[in-house]
Amino acid sequence: MLTLECPYCAVMADETELSPGYEAHLKRYGPGSSDEEFEAYMFARKNPKGVHFERWRHAYGCGKWFLAARDTATLEVFGTYTAQSAAPPQALQDKIKAKRPDWKGYK
Amino acid sequence: MKRYSAFALAREALSNHMGWERAWAAPQPKAAYDAIIIGAGGHGLATAYYLGKNFGITNVAILEKGWLGGGNTGRNTTIIRSNYLQDSSAAIYEKARSLYETLSQDLNYNAMFSPRGVMMLAQTHHEVRGYQRTAHANALQGVVTEFISPQRVKELCPILNIDGPRYPVLGALWQARGGTGRHDAVAWGYARACSAMGMDIIQNCEVKGITSANGVVTGVETTKGYIGTKKIGIVVAGHSGQVADMAGFRLPVEAVALQALVSEPIKPCMDVVVMANTVHGYMSQSDKGEMVIGGGTDGFNNFTQRGSFHHIEETLRALIETFPIISRLKMLRQWGGIVDMTGDRSPIISKTPVGNCFINCGWGTGGFKAIPGSGWAMAELMAKGEPGPLAAEFDMWRFKEGRFIDESVAAGVAH
Repeated sequence: MLTLECPYCAVMADETELSPGYEAHLKRYGPGSSDEEFEAYMFARKNPKGVHFERWRHAYGCGKWFLAARDTATLEVFGTYTAQSAAPPQALQDKIKAKRPDWKGYK
Repeated sequence: MKRYSAFALAREALSNHMGWERAWAAPQPKAAYDAIIIGAGGHGLATAYYLGKNFGITNVAILEKGWLGGGNTGRNTTIIRSNYLQDSSAAIYEKARSLYETLSQDLNYNAMFSPRGVMMLAQTHHEVRGYQRTAHANALQGVVTEFISPQRVKELCPILNIDGPRYPVLGALWQARGGTGRHDAVAWGYARACSAMGMDIIQNCEVKGITSANGVVTGVETTKGYIGTKKIGIVVAGHSGQVADMAGFRLPVEAVALQALVSEPIKPCMDVVVMANTVHGYMSQSDKGEMVIGGGTDGFNNFTQRGSFHHIEETLRALIETFPIISRLKMLRQWGGIVDMTGDRSPIISKTPVGNCFINCGWGTGGFKAIPGSGWAMAELMAKGEPGPLAAEFDMWRFKEGRFIDESVAAGVAH
């Protein structure tokens, strides 16, 4: 079972305690944006086989959204961080880079 | 190709069955082909078959990373139905279902299509209204379905508990001509027919890159070397995004795990397929007597072909409520497949931003039932360069233009 640490309440939460929210760090587009931008925001996804950044909600805990770095090919969890982050923390990026030298970065 | 027949069986019986030939050849790749299909699953092989049969294009290679039919074609619960809400979905799934009816004769290979009937239980008033609407839509589309009463449900499937405490059965959408097939045989039958037409099925040959010149594809880099081609069809459910990335475009697809499991074999106890979408589970009985069971997908991106254990528990909890007699059954095997999920839960059969590169993906949790229709539509798209009536609505630009084929309400849980 997937286990993620909630960065707010610092508990190790089982998958059954969490709700998945798919890709993190999407750029929001709204009125005035082009069709391509809006499509990219709504539908185009990285869907990587490897390092991925996701939104999760501690649904049966504190109820807050947080972000997680995970490998979709091995199910290894690299770490979690708060939803207020515009980018993954540098320490986490360094940790992933050390484990996955081929990783091209979160962009 | 030597045809299979009762006469062939008798002939081989007299010679200790030593005279059967290989079902398909195992060639090395040629330098170039008129068309290359990436992915020798059901959809890829069907695409190649109808390219040859309907359009006479037989200088075709089908490249497969593993062994043919070893992905989701060999990992599903083999349900075949076409009772969809939207017109474009009903058209392609009904085409597929009707092709399944004569597939064994067409391929000279027993695909074991069993039109035993599929019922989708309505267990909330919302579902009753939804399925009545689908039945009316199906009547207009020419797909034969009917909304049946709980008493008729009980007659068709006596082991079903229609008076459950949580969700009593209020009716069902019944498609008498839906059913099941033999999933491996579908892949093997198409493979044998493709091989007989002179196509090359190249297994254990992984595509590593797609080359193009002036925006038009020229070939593929593979683990068995470079192969030139004029046209490419990408038919690689689960890894569609990865192969599209090689060609240089992005898809509105996310890969998630879908699990299935089978019980120990028991005596025949149900001769229909039952889908219970409110409680999340579906079940049928195989010819071997195993109960074949499926449920919902996991909720996160996953490429491991393993799912979460708690989803198995949810599925079995739902089915024990629906079929109390299975409560003491042992489950024998469990497995997962990686499925492509699109934004509107409908597939993509489309041209791509790269010239002469076509893609067939996004079948989500319900690709097996669509194999013949999907191959038929994809072959037409590849042969003509433009989609025919079956594929026209399923292009990848519908997400930009807002032309969704929204089946997530009609069939978002169990396909």
